[in-house]
Parts: sequence; C-alpha cells; structure tokens
Amino acid sequence: MGESIVITSGKGGVGKTTTTANIGTALALQDKKVCLIDTDIGLRNLDVILGLENRIIFDIVDVIEGQCKLQAALVKDKRFDCLHLLPAAQSSDKNEVTPEGIQSLVEQLKPDYDYILIDCPAGIEQGYKNAVAGADKAVVVTTPEKSSVRDADRIIGLLEQENLESTHLVINRIRKHMMDNGDMLAVDDIVSTLSIDLLGVIMDDEDVIRASHHGNPVAFQPDTKASIGYRNIARRILGESVPLMSFDEDKGFLFKMKKLLGMK
Amino acid sequence: MTETNLYLTMKGTTEGIIVYLDDQCSFEQLLEELHKQLESDAIHQRTSIKVHTQNRLLDTQQQDEIRHLLNDQHSIGIKSFESNVISKEEAKSWYDHITLKPRVKTIRSGQELHENGDIFIIGDVNPGATVTASGSVFVLGQLRGIVHAGFPDGANEVVAASYMNPSQIRIADQLSRAPDYEVEGSQREFAFINQETGQIELDDLHNLQKIRPNLTDISERGL
Ligand SMILES: Nc1ncnc2c1ncn2[C@@H]1O[C@H](COP(=O)(O)OP(=O)(O)O)[C@@H](O)[C@H]1O
Ligand SMILES: [Mg+2]
Repeated sequence: MGESIVITSGKGGVGKTTTTANIGTALALQDKKVCLIDTDIGLRNLDVILGLENRIIFDIVDVIEGQCKLQAALVKDKRFDCLHLLPAAQSSDKNEVTPEGIQSLVEQLKPDYDYILIDCPAGIEQGYKNAVAGADKAVVVTTPEKSSVRDADRIIGLLEQENLESTHLVINRIRKHMMDNGDMLAVDDIVSTLSIDLLGVIMDDEDVIRASHHGNPVAFQPDTKASIGYRNIARRILGESVPLMSFDEDKGFLFKMKKLLGMK
Repeated sequence: MTETNLYLTMKGTTEGIIVYLDDQCSFEQLLEELHKQLESDAIHQRTSIKVHTQNRLLDTQQQDEIRHLLNDQHSIGIKSFESNVISKEEAKSWYDHITLKPRVKTIRSGQELHENGDIFIIGDVNPGATVTASGSVFVLGQLRGIVHAGFPDGANEVVAASYMNPSQIRIADQLSRAPDYEVEGSQREFAFINQETGQIELDDLHNLQKIRPNLTDISERGL
C-alpha cells in the first residue's frame, strides 16, 4: 500500500511542480513505484517538465467524468518504467474535480504504487482543497523570501486542520550570497518561524531551468547541486537520515538541523 | 441618615443617596411604594441616587420601569442599579472574562484567535496572525504578529512575550506598530499603556510586577 504526499505552497511559482517532478524522479531512481498527479487543472505543466506532454491521451477530468479508465489516462515516463503521470486537464471545467473525486483516485492508485505525489495548484481555494483531500502527508515548498514564507505559514495553518500524518518543509531557490548578505531569509529563521521539520534545501540553480526546458528533470543528472538536493530529499522520504548538504564548505555548516527525520 | 418605610430603605452616604429596595415583596408593591414615597417628597427632585435591589435581580424592562418612574415623573436620576446577585449569564461572562485561556498552538499567518479573558499562548504568534483578548495576552514563544489586548477598553491589560518583535500591538484603543526598518526584537518584554503619556510602551518583563501589581487580581475586573 503506497502513501500519498501533496506538494503545496500557497504562493505560485515557488517550485511545487519542479519539486514534484524531481522528488518523483529521485524516488524512481531508487526503484520505487511512483505516480505523479497533476491537480493544477487548466494550468497543466508537470507533463512538460517531465517531457511527457506529447504522450497524453486522457487526463484527470476524463477519468473523473468516467470517459476513460484510470489506467488508460496514466502516462508512462520515458526514462523509468516505475514512474507514471496522471496529467491535469488543460481546458475543461474545474468544477468537475472534487475532493472526493481525487480521494477516490488516490485510493485506487495506492495498491499499485509506493508513492503518490500530488502536485497542488497555487492558492487556498478549491484546487488546494482537492489536492490535499487525497494526501496522507504534505510537503510545503517555500523560497527564502518573506512573502513566500508568509504564504507557507498560512498553508501550514490550513494543513493542521487536515489530520495529516506529517508536514515537512522544502526550502527552494537558495542563493548563498544573498543569504549571507541578509538579503534573503536564513534557513534557520525560516525553520524557526514555520516550526515544522525541514525535509531539505534546494539551491537556486540554472540547471533546474535548463533541465525543465528539455523535459528532463534535474534530479536525473548526477552532478548538480540541485539534483543532489532532490536525491537527498528522496532518501529522507525513504527513511534514511541524510545530513543537510552544506552550501558553504569553508565556513562549515551554518545551521543546526532540528530533527533530521525522513518521512517515515 | 437612614429612613425606613414599608419596602424602602434610604441611606445617605458620602457617595449620595442609596435606596435599598425590599427583595421579598412583589415588584408591583415596590413600584407602588416608590410612587407613594416620591409623592410625599421623601427624596428631593433633581438629585441622583443609587438603587440597590439587594437579593432581587431586575431585568432590563423592570429597571426601565423604575427609571421611568423616577426620571420622567420626578426628575430623579439613577446613577446605577446595584444588587447582591447576578444572573447566570452575567456570571458566566464574568467568569469568562477573568479566566486564563491556555492555547498550545502556533498562531499562523491568516489565523485569528479571539478570546474573552486572558490568553496564554504556548507557541509563536507568526507574522500575519492576529490575537485579540478582552484581558491580557501572554506569549510563551515568539511574538511577531498582531496582538490586541484589553479589547475593547481594558487599558490596564498587557501583552507579554518571551521574544517580542510584533508587527503591531494594540491595547484598548491605543496602537503601536513596528518601525519601517527591520528590528532585532528583544527577549522577555511586555507592552502596557503608560498612564501618564497614554501611549503604549515596552519594558523588561521583570518590571511587570512593579508596573501592574494587580494584573491577576480578579476583583479588579469589574464585579
Ligand atoms: N531550484 C531552482 N532553481 C532555479 N529555478 C527554479 C528552481 N525551482 C524552480 N525554478 C523555476 O521557477 C519557476 C516556477 O517553478 P514551478 O515548479 O513551476 O513553480 P510552481 O509549481 O510552484 O508554480 C520555473 O520556471 C522553474 O524552472
Ligand atoms: Mg505548478
């Protein structure tokens, strides 16, 4: 029986979709069976980052409306047999999708997968509610900017009402020199404000953009800082305790990890 | 000077005349007796009195009737109605106002916490969060959001926090906000209204006892 994890943030553009694609890829690299669900109806792009857009035949709304079987809508990844995508609808009526609808899809998928990652749309309205309804756990993505942390805090407050098993934090797009200069929030301060466990940090990295552009998630490449970050996150989800990657070798590590626990 | 009639006892005190109303007779009998006494000019017109109903509880309609009789017909003002008893409802709301409400919770952006009485938050108040209390607010954690103590008119209430870096503090009708530049915040402080200036000020927590010695004294709180 797999577990379902929603990737959410409140604010748009902080890296939910990128995180979903890359954690999914990194888990698949570890031979886990993974299904990614794009719930951003009308603004589909998880498929693009994965380079799978040409393979889509049916989408999540088709499944919910009963136009096709769930299996028929799942798109198999071109790199891994064990990685599948249930794409969002690009047009169509958002109102077709309900929390109950997503919940039932996730339950149907659970027996066949180790992990089901749900990419959540921005905002705290219906789309958010749909995405969260199917989740056992949550990962909140934020960047080290005040507005983004503020929205993450808002979302964490809402998630607290959902009876999830856990909520973890990913801090994305860290720029070391800006943090050092105090032009961005420090990792320590973010963790202290949000007071939830840190799952990992991802550097701001051109390779992420480049990789997404080519439809080949950065986690697939072995050597970039961002890809190491995503792989470490995947290992923590699998229950390993991996120390936080240092982004400043000479100064040693600048923050103490609170609790380095995986998602298990 | 004390004068007793059938159902009325009048007492002259330093605070003026207090009229004690018998609490065993019927309300109609009371009104009648009051009427009689007023006709006989037992009380001078254009004075203000306190009405004490002893162990009788008047509802607002009954208070209005007495007020009508005294005020409109005899130009006697009523300073207040006093009584030895209060209704369950009043007792509840008073109890609510004097009890400390512990909350083990981080109040997050967009969340609002409103309580009667004092609030004791074991957790942080994050930026974008709002906490409102009729009493004082104590934060065992980091205060970075908005706290309104003494809502709406408790000017003696305080806001205390282990770490104080709020975006706004309001006490009663006063407001004070963080400066536009970034500030460090400080450990163990409390905010209060300085009676001389009428403004909200911050001080070190160990001065709280000196500045608000009766902070937790429930008899101070309107009974
Ligand atoms: N670590 C990163 N480094 C550089 N660019 C990133 C990183 N994470 C995300 N991005 C870029 O930020 C943009 C928004 O990311 P996306 O995952 O679509 O956000 P969301 O799904 O939260 O709206 C994309 O252009 C993406 O390539
Ligand atoms: Mg997205």
